[in-house]
Amino acid sequence: MGDITGFLKYKREDFSKDSVEMRKQHWREFIHPLPVEDLRQQAARCMDCGTPFCHWGCPLANLVPDWNDLVYRGRWKEAYERLIETNNFPEITGRICPAPCEYSCVLGITKDAVTIRNIELSIIEKAFEEGWVKPKPPVKRTGKSVAVIGSGPAGLACADQLNKAGHSVTVFEKSESIGGILSLGIPDFKLEKKIIERRVNILKEEGIVFKTRCRIGVDISIRYVQKEFDASVLAGGAEDARDLKVSGRELQGVYQAMDYLRQQNRINVGVRVKPKEQITAKDKNVIVLGGGDTGADCIGTANRQGAKSVKQFEILPRPPLTRAVDNPWPEWAFIYKEGSSHEEGVDQDYCILTKSLGGEKKKLKKLHGVRLEYGFKDPVTSRASMKEVPGSKFEVDCDLLILAMGFMGPFKKGLVDNLNIQLDERGNVRTDEKYMTSANGVFAAGDMRRGQSLIVWAIHEGRSAAEGVNEYLVK
Amino acid sequence: MKKFNFPLNQGLYDSAFEHDSCGVGFLVNIDGRKSHDIIVRSIKVLENLLHRGATGGDAKTGDGAGILIQIPDDFFQKECQALKITLPEQGSYGVAMMFLPQANDLRNICQEITEEIAAQEGLKFLGWRAVPVESSTLGEKAREEQPFIVQCFVSCENLGPEAFERKLYVLRKEIEHKVQERLSLGDQFYIPSFSHQTIIYKGLMMATQVSAFYRDLEDPLLASALAVVHQRYSTNTFPSWKLAQPFRYLAHNGEINTLRGNLNEMQSREKLLSSDLFGEDIKKILPIIDPNGSDSACLDNALELLANGGRDLPHAMMMMIPQAWGVKYPVGPDLRKFFEYHAGLMEPWDGPAAVAFSNGHVVGALSDRNGLRPCRYTITKDGFMVLASETGVLDIDPKNVAEKGSLRPGEIILVDLEKKRVLKDTEIKTFYSRRQPYRRWVQENKIELHGFFNDVVSLPVDKSTLALRQRIFGYTREDLKLILAPMAVKGSEPIGSMGCDTPLAVLSEKPQLLYSYFKQLFAQITNPAIDPIREELVMSLMTFMGKFGNILTEVPQNARLIKLMHPILSNEDLERVSSLKLKDFWTTTLQMGFLRQGNGEDLGEALDKLRRVAATAVRNGCSLLILSDRNLPDGLIPISTLLVVSAIHQHLINEGLRSQVGLVVETAEAREVHHVALLLGYGATAINPYLAFETVVDMAQRKMLEKGVSTTKALENYIHALCKGLLKIMSKMGISTLRSYRGAQVFEAVGLSRDIVEKYFTGTVSSIEGIGLDEVAKEANLRYEQALEDSRVDSDALANGGQYAFRRDGERHLWTPEAIYKLQTATRNNDTKLYKEYAQLINDQTKKQSTLRGLFKFKKTKAISIEEVEPVSSIVKRFVTSAMSFGSISREAHETLAIAMNRMNARSNSGEGGEDPARYKPLPNGDSKCSEVKQVASGRFGVTAEYLVNAKELQIKIAQGAKPGEGGQLPGHKVNEEIARVRYSTPGVTLISPPPHHDIYSIEDIKQLIFDLKNVNPKARVSVKLVSEAGVGTIAAGVAKAHADMVLISGHDGGTGASPLSSIKYAGAPWELGLAETQQTLVLNNLRSRIRIQADSQMKTGRDVVIASLLGAEEFGFATAPLVVCGCVMMRNCHMNTCSVGIATQDPQLRKNFSGKPEYLVNFFSMIAEEVREYMAQLGVKTMDELVGRSDLLEVNEAIDFWKAKGLDFSRILTQVVQKENSDVRCREAQDHGIEKVLDKKLIELAREALEKKEPVFIEMPIFNTNLTTGAMLSGEIARRYGQEGLPEDTIVCHFQGAAGQSFGAFLSKGIKFILEGESNDYLGKGLCGGKIVVKPYKKSTYNPGENAICGNVLLYGATSGEAYIHGCVGERFAIRNSGVYVVVEGVGDHGCEYMTEGRVVILGETGVNFAAGMSGGIAYIYDPDNKLDGRCNLDMVDLELVRDVKDIVELKNMIEKHFSYTQSQKAKDILDNWDQALPSFVKVFPMEYRRVLGKMMKEDEAIEREEKVFK
Repeated sequence: MGDITGFLKYKREDFSKDSVEMRKQHWREFIHPLPVEDLRQQAARCMDCGTPFCHWGCPLANLVPDWNDLVYRGRWKEAYERLIETNNFPEITGRICPAPCEYSCVLGITKDAVTIRNIELSIIEKAFEEGWVKPKPPVKRTGKSVAVIGSGPAGLACADQLNKAGHSVTVFEKSESIGGILSLGIPDFKLEKKIIERRVNILKEEGIVFKTRCRIGVDISIRYVQKEFDASVLAGGAEDARDLKVSGRELQGVYQAMDYLRQQNRINVGVRVKPKEQITAKDKNVIVLGGGDTGADCIGTANRQGAKSVKQFEILPRPPLTRAVDNPWPEWAFIYKEGSSHEEGVDQDYCILTKSLGGEKKKLKKLHGVRLEYGFKDPVTSRASMKEVPGSKFEVDCDLLILAMGFMGPFKKGLVDNLNIQLDERGNVRTDEKYMTSANGVFAAGDMRRGQSLIVWAIHEGRSAAEGVNEYLVK
Repeated sequence: MKKFNFPLNQGLYDSAFEHDSCGVGFLVNIDGRKSHDIIVRSIKVLENLLHRGATGGDAKTGDGAGILIQIPDDFFQKECQALKITLPEQGSYGVAMMFLPQANDLRNICQEITEEIAAQEGLKFLGWRAVPVESSTLGEKAREEQPFIVQCFVSCENLGPEAFERKLYVLRKEIEHKVQERLSLGDQFYIPSFSHQTIIYKGLMMATQVSAFYRDLEDPLLASALAVVHQRYSTNTFPSWKLAQPFRYLAHNGEINTLRGNLNEMQSREKLLSSDLFGEDIKKILPIIDPNGSDSACLDNALELLANGGRDLPHAMMMMIPQAWGVKYPVGPDLRKFFEYHAGLMEPWDGPAAVAFSNGHVVGALSDRNGLRPCRYTITKDGFMVLASETGVLDIDPKNVAEKGSLRPGEIILVDLEKKRVLKDTEIKTFYSRRQPYRRWVQENKIELHGFFNDVVSLPVDKSTLALRQRIFGYTREDLKLILAPMAVKGSEPIGSMGCDTPLAVLSEKPQLLYSYFKQLFAQITNPAIDPIREELVMSLMTFMGKFGNILTEVPQNARLIKLMHPILSNEDLERVSSLKLKDFWTTTLQMGFLRQGNGEDLGEALDKLRRVAATAVRNGCSLLILSDRNLPDGLIPISTLLVVSAIHQHLINEGLRSQVGLVVETAEAREVHHVALLLGYGATAINPYLAFETVVDMAQRKMLEKGVSTTKALENYIHALCKGLLKIMSKMGISTLRSYRGAQVFEAVGLSRDIVEKYFTGTVSSIEGIGLDEVAKEANLRYEQALEDSRVDSDALANGGQYAFRRDGERHLWTPEAIYKLQTATRNNDTKLYKEYAQLINDQTKKQSTLRGLFKFKKTKAISIEEVEPVSSIVKRFVTSAMSFGSISREAHETLAIAMNRMNARSNSGEGGEDPARYKPLPNGDSKCSEVKQVASGRFGVTAEYLVNAKELQIKIAQGAKPGEGGQLPGHKVNEEIARVRYSTPGVTLISPPPHHDIYSIEDIKQLIFDLKNVNPKARVSVKLVSEAGVGTIAAGVAKAHADMVLISGHDGGTGASPLSSIKYAGAPWELGLAETQQTLVLNNLRSRIRIQADSQMKTGRDVVIASLLGAEEFGFATAPLVVCGCVMMRNCHMNTCSVGIATQDPQLRKNFSGKPEYLVNFFSMIAEEVREYMAQLGVKTMDELVGRSDLLEVNEAIDFWKAKGLDFSRILTQVVQKENSDVRCREAQDHGIEKVLDKKLIELAREALEKKEPVFIEMPIFNTNLTTGAMLSGEIARRYGQEGLPEDTIVCHFQGAAGQSFGAFLSKGIKFILEGESNDYLGKGLCGGKIVVKPYKKSTYNPGENAICGNVLLYGATSGEAYIHGCVGERFAIRNSGVYVVVEGVGDHGCEYMTEGRVVILGETGVNFAAGMSGGIAYIYDPDNKLDGRCNLDMVDLELVRDVKDIVELKNMIEKHFSYTQSQKAKDILDNWDQALPSFVKVFPMEYRRVLGKMMKEDEAIEREEKVFK
């Protein structure tokens, strides 16, 4: 390790961001990397722990201390090599991963954690800049073929790994663009689409075949896929969004978050949407239901669209500002985090249950809610009882209601039903420890298997499934 | 041959682990006059050395004693006459002293054989004489084993005296062979001596019993001009008559550390032996060495060969135990070449030694190169001389004393009865070094290689294959980053911390190199480790290569060898050697490969073939075998270099060829110091680690090394680091020279099957079996295939490793992030459920194994209700926190541990850094910060009488798990005000802990230290901390016999402090092994009942506690886990002072981060205890006492089916040894420390007025060498009452007359003044803390004190304050680790003022070599009129300058004036009388660091003064 006292000398410094006013004007990325010298100092804060909790806390087991050290020493190329050993798409995780590593950073016990994610991003961007990221098609092909269904992070990671191992991989994507949630779900201001394109082009040059607008089970039968390919991987995500089951749900102006975000992403790449079908927040009172990351993306989108007001309601209490006793370091921290979208303007309110929606002329106008009160957490179920606070009913103006309340697993209709594969108790696709489903030669990875989760988990799933597939094929 | 007297090897006990040590000496009438008085006086000497011996379980059976004398002709003539045996005149008959079986029939056969062979050899048998003995005087065990003792007389007519003696030697050997061949009597048959010059009376007895048992010795006609005496102290008490000393030519107080190598070398020489003197008889004396003898017996066997082969006795002794003669040692050219010549013939028998030797014509003594055994002598004016381990062993009128001296390191002394005078070292060595033109022989015959060992040059790196080759040989990124890079940058081994929590090699799923299955052995107690840095001058890596000569000849050709400066060959050097073209020197290269995909059989065949080819090559005259894994042909994969080297080495030994050839390894595999040490330790001559070289060059070229080190510099550094590390590993075992380390096999195997070990690593201990050739082959294949697999991707990146730092795809660790945070959260919230999850992570090793205990399970027994089990509150009392010093951890952490343990009535351990006296007083809330266990370690920091009396337990740390056998260093920048204060040193001055305790070089020494400590604080129990290794059980037995109350067995994997990585990983064994061995050995010895056992290292759960208990432990230590509870997250940065959680740091900012609380620890230990209770209920055991030693409740978990673990065999660990009657499996009684009889009892009585009312008292009494530790108990009384403050100066004045025993004035408190008229033994003023000591010669004596020895070795060790005035010369290591005493002395031996950190030393005479080594503080003033000091001083840390500063001059003069006023020293007077002339002859020895710190402090003082002025 380079500077053993770095953590004593330097403070944490994050990437700078455009001012809120500025960034609300556009859909582009608004962060600015640190100058190299400053970044070295940030890397020097890493203590190169003998037991690196960051590395353990990262689902990908990123070799954080290794590349921090190399960055400190200015050995960027090696840092890049070390980085891609465990992570297929650092330029993506470097932008949108919520960085569990930083929550388990040992420095975080006593000071601010190391800016691991920023360093990661700097390494990979430097690598692109220097031309180190080049297509490296496998030298030898194994002659085996694999179909990967779904081009989200899990599917892409899986395809990448299998292709590197020499198998011939075809990725099927139902929409028009590669990337799944990356390209259509996540707003451009978080992840510009050129970033994905840049990566996909490399994957293409390395020999992966991409088929877009191709819905397995609809456009092509799964039986055909099973026949044509030596193995297939289901990586279709957990797209079955949770709905709001209250009166007034049918009113115009109530949308699922994914529909909302997807449309804006399409508009950003120039897709024309009929004005009638457009979902816009412009001059509207917007409420986002759900306090998660998707909700935050909707807030950022609404503000950029020119919303009159933006509110975010969450059914659960506001998380504490610091870790609760039962949520110690180095676990994922359930604490209140102000994201960049929140900075851009939102009223957040917690413990709110939506009772009904009111409207005029089939158009949404009001949200009727009530406040909730929670009891003690049951030590066994970890759930707390909840009850409505008497006399707390309220109504609030609302022209656009975005539902960002999470997902309930993969769509069952179509692919899953056709294959007749087993599901787990939560409705996700069940696999063995090698990621194979109950159908021989059919594997599953990502949210489809795991349920809604983080992008790093998706990549991890893709890589692990690839290992399973590879073993299956080589055997 | 079966050993009859030792218990059969059972469980982990192996009789090969026996050690012994003792008192030794000789007496002689220099003029050769025979007298009976010599015998009487030698018995007296033996009796006075009694305290150096030991007694066993029955308290009456001594470990052995004996006496060697000249043949008492008058006596035998008389006796034989009575028996009707006609003896010819003196010198024409030989006498055998024989131990025969008691059974008549067997005895008769022995006697028949003797007579028969005598006749065959042309000798005339004269008769038998039964030796009259008094069995009733013996102890019970001794009586049980008592042989029938007879003397046999033979004569010879036509042989000269030497030839006659040689014939008797041959005869004895033949008789021995024949008897064992016919009767297999083992130890029941033994011939103590068979000579026409000397005879030996010895046996299994205490010194006091010798003359009572052998009635001959009381006969006034029994006369001799000389006697060699010996009193044995063995670690075990198994009766053995034959191991009593003296042996035929020598008596040895010491330990041969390199025995295995010496034996192998001797064996491989046997076939070459030839001698005109022996002629055909040479065959009859093979094997030269009785393989069942002790190390001393083997030494004697080798000596008798040389002595009978034509070399003079002193000459032979100097060959076997040479003094240091390396480049740094001041010796003349002739002598240096004498030693170099003989080094090519014989490797040193290395280890601490005081040897007395005699053949009846000469008698002499020799000390080892380190002077590690005391040897004091007195010569009288009337021609008598006595030499012994102590002075004062005989009452000699001071008026009659002509000279008093001591043997310096490596010195020899001789009395020649024909010349009738004493020959001293210089005369003897000059004579022998010029006996032959050795210097010319060496210069003319050595093989010269042009440019050999010149500057290292860079080498080309084959980058295209580098990564592949690195992978094939298992290189990881960690190897590069953590091992090779630091070596290449700093030239030294990398440091790490927090122990080792990875699986043993045999339990790891990652393919392991064979090296990882071996653990380094290290010295504990029976012999000291050496300091390879500060005492480097006694060490040597120089070695030879080529064909070694016949040791029985003295010819120039014996010097025809290649000399290597060290064993690491650069590529060019290898090239130079291998391309050497000489008529008598040629090279063969063998490739170390076997069939890819091959199994154990293929591997075995490959090895057999290599062995055959090697032997054939050597037979054909090849003088250098190069074993190479470079460029193996396709289809072959590498065989472990270690396996090949050892296999070939062993084979060549068996074939008698080894000494004819050098074994050079050209290896890609070896890269770490441990690898290199193993290769050499198993027989390699030199090593070329070419892939490591290439890797280093590659790293340098890729700018991966810090500070931009150049490629050549990196290579040099790397080689230097290997050599330095090698010296350290050798020094750990107390071995000084590579020549004797080679082949010494000082390792044990953990996880290798008997088959492999017996065939390829013959003689190595492997207690639990393990993998065989099949698995070795499989691991090699796995690694190879993985390497190919990894190389398919286009990346040079190597595997992570994960050995030292956790990596998910690397080696497993037990302290995973999950385990750490679960434990922390559980203890913080007192969450039992979470604790169980934590415990499950550690305990359940059914799927992934890490530890030996992980492979055990509890037997199904009848469970009981948990309510019936002993409560938590009583179980926790058995828990301690293991030693961690204040200094290594922060005050906050240290005090939190103490408070928590005190709350539970458990104990915390101070560690070795002293303790702030403020902590001795309880806090207002009832808490106490006082560490109830106070540690006494080699640095003796802050060890004062006050420190010692404020403890319930005093722990002597012999070794620590993380780095057994090594010293430590607290760099000056870490020594802040507070640390300096409690350690009694100066802030900013580096503190060095020496590798050994300088008052423990032997087992009798630890007995002394235990006695010292017990005297200061009789209420405290004394414990001894050992580290698990093969043989630790016998050490523990020795410790039990030394009266320790508890012995702590630490595992190899523990350790919280900083240590070299190779020591953390490769030194020491798991505690399961050491603990089980200790338990078994103590029970076998009937010693268990009087000593408790504690176990520690990586104890994490209640299950660990229960298993330790079942294997024999009564108490349990924890260190890492409590630190984790206090917030440690195993960053493993302890050595960097940057611990971010405020534990292992002194940085005030970081210390604020400390988040531990005593409550958490109380929770932790309570949960552990609760878990223990659950297991106890399950096992149906109510109390912990009942658990102890119940290894029958454990069994191996059969569910574990890991392929490598299958060969493991735990039966030896789980054995319950056969118990003798009365022997116990746990401690039930207290030791008898014998402190009731000490002189101090009287002193305390006489000083009552002073103690109670501070009134001055004056005491006068005689003193003897048997009065040990005088003053310590009195000092303890003062410290208990008045603390460090003590009494006003000179309140208690004691005047003693005589020869004081060891540890005179130890821990003397302030207010006491001891005046000793006479002399003293070793350890005077040990731990002096305020008292005053004056030593002066007897008033009546006439010799010059300035030239004679008055005190022994290691004076004022660890003294913290006080004064001493010594009117005379003293021995080695004077004022070692002095941290505050002001002392004047008139001459000192080698290594004076070593490791001194504070205080003033004035020396009015000569110093030995290596003065001021490791001296970081204080000042020494040396009177050096002859300008010798410059050459003798170790200038690494000190400057020499004249005394110019006025303050210094005043200080110096003042001290000399005091010296004169106390002692009336003539020398002091002369100097004072001529002060102006004398002053320029004084040299000030001023440590550089001390100067800097003083300067800094002065500036600070000035600054304060200035500030004060401003304020005024």
